Amino acid sequence: MAFTKHFLPGLSVLALLALWQVLAVVVHSNSLPAPAVVAQVFWLACTTGQLPFHLGVTLLRLVVSFSIAMLLGCAIGIVLGRNKRLDAFFDNWLVIFLNVPALVTIILCYVWFGLVESAAILAVVINKLPNVIVTIREGTRMLDQDLLDMARCFHFSKRKTLAHVIWPQLHPFVMAATRSGLALVWKIILVVELLGRSNGMGYQLHLFFQMFDVASILAYTIAFVVVIQLLELLILKPLDTRSQRWRR
Amino acid sequence: MTDIHIDIHGKTYPAMGQATSHLAIADLKLVLKSGEFICLVGPSGCGKTTLLNIIAGLDQDYAGNIRAGQLPKLPKIGYIFQNPRLLPWRTVRENIELVLAEDQSTAAITPLLKAMQLLESQHAYPERLSLGMSRRVAIVRAFAVNPELLLMDEPFVSLDAPTARQARVLLLRLWEQRPHTVLFVTHDLREAIALADRLVFLTAPPMRVASDICVPIARADRHDEQVIEAFRQQLLNDYPEIKQLL
Repeated sequence: MAFTKHFLPGLSVLALLALWQVLAVVVHSNSLPAPAVVAQVFWLACTTGQLPFHLGVTLLRLVVSFSIAMLLGCAIGIVLGRNKRLDAFFDNWLVIFLNVPALVTIILCYVWFGLVESAAILAVVINKLPNVIVTIREGTRMLDQDLLDMARCFHFSKRKTLAHVIWPQLHPFVMAATRSGLALVWKIILVVELLGRSNGMGYQLHLFFQMFDVASILAYTIAFVVVIQLLELLILKPLDTRSQRWRR
Repeated sequence: MTDIHIDIHGKTYPAMGQATSHLAIADLKLVLKSGEFICLVGPSGCGKTTLLNIIAGLDQDYAGNIRAGQLPKLPKIGYIFQNPRLLPWRTVRENIELVLAEDQSTAAITPLLKAMQLLESQHAYPERLSLGMSRRVAIVRAFAVNPELLLMDEPFVSLDAPTARQARVLLLRLWEQRPHTVLFVTHDLREAIALADRLVFLTAPPMRVASDICVPIARADRHDEQVIEAFRQQLLNDYPEIKQLL
């Protein structure tokens, strides 16, 4: 058990690093620096405070836009899942917004509202929101009518029904929206920053691209991936375990 | 507490897909006297659950009315569904605490749990309970709201005979401690005789009342299987028409 749980994942990361090292030696070019070089660049960027600053700015944007999208998305998703008429009306809107390319919303937000922070956040929220709504709506449609009848019969208040009957059933859907959302949102934020902000990961990557500084690009990317992995390990996994404690 | 008058002119399920529309209840009149234990007996699929859902206010799409005395508003109801319908993500005790009104004390739950022999399992999650225990939790939950009318929809079905008998004994003990009107649905005539003051036999759909029979056996004599069986034979002789409703 311990072998498959801890050893194998560790081994796979080492294998990836080894593969990278071999390729770097074979290619022997500035466009594919070896892991050691990237580690050096990473350390330098950390000590100057550059990397933590830009990473922090991007993370802040991630937290704000992600929270807004999840809160709004859950609320709208529950309403649409419970109300057939509203759902029939807004279904087309959802399909349209789901299919507008992220780049288009970003450009339009900047054109309409200027190159400001709120326009950047709005662009990210608009990109993420339809996904959350659709996921939560599906979850709401699958709610157990027997339990809802039970709640009605015993005169549960609206708040009580939401907290004890509806929310626990939606939890897997919220987690699915969270996981897919984190991955989607941070990629969109990079584009938003690249196009219209003067700080953050996206801005920095753009700078490194102009200077063909591949080592820095890799150092920043790895730093960000690690942060997202830590979010998963330290926040999402424990949340999952806690909410599943009642299962056999 | 007042008598409850049930007067349903008609309940129709609309056509859906391949199924045509279906008249479930036609002209059903029933008076539940205050404090009475009534068993509804009828063939499966005859609409007993539909009737309970209408009385509980879960189904409002019917013609007719239900009133308590002169009031159109129903008294406080406890409903024990055919499946326990416990919230799997809340413990036994939390499931019961949740149905209490804001001003009700949670202390009253403990003696109920004790009476149903659930005290040891009060902090367990429902998925870890046996079906018999889950059904007893559902009974405690319904009693915890101090209902004036208790609706029970075949609550002991699919329990083995000794477990069902034990659950019936525990149920009667609770009911005698705090009398209130009970409407108990079953298709088991022996169970009905063991529990009820009055038996109401229902027809196949469209459902109406076929016969309405009092059970004159004293409560103290009802644990005797032979007394129950003798009364059952006598019923089947006196009312041959109920045979086809069982």
